[in-house]
Amino acid sequence: MNGLAAHEVTVAYGRQTVLDRASIHIGPGETVGLRGPSGCGKSTLVRVLALLHRPDDGHVSIDGNPVTGARYRVAAAVRTRIGVLFQSPRSAADPRLSLADIIAEPLRATKAERIQDRVVELAYTAGLTTDLLRRQPHAVSDGQLQRACLARALAHRPDYLLCDEATTMLDASTQAHVAAVITDHQHRHGTGVLLITHDPALMHRWAHRVIDWPPDQAAPATAVEHADHH
Amino acid sequence: MTAALTIDGLNVRFRLRDATVHAVTDLSLTLHRGELLAVVGESGCGKSVLAHAVLDLLPANAATTGTVQFGAGSRPVRELRGRHIGLIPQSPATALTPVRTGRSLLAETLRVHGRATTDADTVAAEAGLDPADLDRYPFQLSGGMAQRLATALAIAPDPAVLLADEPTAGLDRPLVDHTLDLLRRRCAAGTAVMLITHDLTAAQRVADTVAVMYASRIVEHRPADEFFTAPHHPYAAALLDSLPDRAFQPIPGHPPMLTDLPAGCAFAPRCPHASPDCAAQPAISDGAACHHPLSVVGAP
Ligand SMILES: Nc1ncnc2c1ncn2[C@@H]1O[C@H](COP(=O)(O)OP(=O)(O)OP(=O)(O)O)[C@@H](O)[C@H]1O
Ligand code: SF4
Ligand SMILES: [Mg+2]
Repeated sequence: MNGLAAHEVTVAYGRQTVLDRASIHIGPGETVGLRGPSGCGKSTLVRVLALLHRPDDGHVSIDGNPVTGARYRVAAAVRTRIGVLFQSPRSAADPRLSLADIIAEPLRATKAERIQDRVVELAYTAGLTTDLLRRQPHAVSDGQLQRACLARALAHRPDYLLCDEATTMLDASTQAHVAAVITDHQHRHGTGVLLITHDPALMHRWAHRVIDWPPDQAAPATAVEHADHH
Repeated sequence: MTAALTIDGLNVRFRLRDATVHAVTDLSLTLHRGELLAVVGESGCGKSVLAHAVLDLLPANAATTGTVQFGAGSRPVRELRGRHIGLIPQSPATALTPVRTGRSLLAETLRVHGRATTDADTVAAEAGLDPADLDRYPFQLSGGMAQRLATALAIAPDPAVLLADEPTAGLDRPLVDHTLDLLRRRCAAGTAVMLITHDLTAAQRVADTVAVMYASRIVEHRPADEFFTAPHHPYAAALLDSLPDRAFQPIPGHPPMLTDLPAGCAFAPRCPHASPDCAAQPAISDGAACHHPLSVVGAP
């Protein structure tokens, strides 16, 4: 089956079981909302799906192919099919790089003379002005850094994009902009999007269907009306 | 009403190799005892820099002019940090000392400010953090737990002025409400709170007054109920309209470059009401800095 899926994954930190045989499926082109109380394992699930954390049991599959291992044990070609945006961009960006270099990270395969143009184009899409590109993370605001992380995520042209509270540090207008940019990317590339947010209005407006987490204590998944930004 | 914090004519400039960032411009406001002021505005408009300027915590490339005064006193902020004025920093997960548990950080804060270290559990609980989680190291905390630990650290000395920079980011609704109730209780006890937030629902729920920033300036500053019913500044109105339960449309155009601001109103390139008058900087009057404020007879 096409899609990004976790199959009965279990993750424990010490004696604490954070995910207990959890499963989820994100199909191409759909936006799946995930909601649940703080600390219920949503972020761990994201790390597992992004192949950043190897589950103690169970596995992740992409388009039906099981993935073994995590991080650098997974082939780059597989890993980069999945983009992630975390809540805090500070821990996700190398503090020594300029914003331009952060955005350019995935573009290594691109011809050198094209990189500059592509970075400017991606920054523009993400709503960053050019004056910010030469600065390092400490000299921009949290929301500006998050937009650089979005530009970097889009540079990969991911087939799946996982957004873990990724717009909470943005004002309402910038949030609407980012949602529109991601939706546009989704329409053009058939990207499957996982959306984690505590904001019911945002969830309702953006997600095609919503899953309550953890699944065992929750009501069955509810479909919400299709949200379209165009 | 007694002033707890008075900011007068504050300007913050960052010098970069080839440019100057105008992060805070001509900013004046008074925050009273027991008042909860919400500061809202576009990402990158200068809210966190404002908080850091008030605390005198800006990096070396910053130049500041204007005055910041706490209460009636004239003591330098260096001596007041923590005990008299507290900060809940934005994105605290990366700011916490990695090699110390929450309990050790909180106990030290309590000790330094003359409180019993045994109060740690009570303070953590007040901030909505399970006291058992104090024994974790920062890397073992979820984003939301780190947020609540930062809140506990800031309220532990019981400061007279509390600057809270996005204290509810990433928390679920019950924890957001818990944090907002905590801020409100502090106000009831006389604390002056500046709540910087993108969560306009939260601001509407707890704020007495709202200050809207755009491109380094306060463009609107009014009582919260009046503001949310009828904003006067076109930027403020557009911001409210972009909420997901309203139009969910971004404000057209681009954020302004703080390295290259126009002489007049910085919102003009995106403003549907702009006129030639707007080439001059509007002064703040009736709570809004705009040549053609909304909700005024004759205006659209
Ligand atoms: N050290 C620095 N050097 C140069 N410019 C800086 C520095 N720190 C911040 N800035 C700039 O100052 C402006 C204000 O930043 P600030 O962090 O206050 O924004 P903010 O309103 O808090 O945004 P957010 O909502 O994204 O947190 C931004 O445009 C940012 O790029
Ligand atoms: S001063 Fe002019 S451009 Fe600026 S917000 Fe008011 S009407 Fe719009
Ligand atoms: Mg900020």
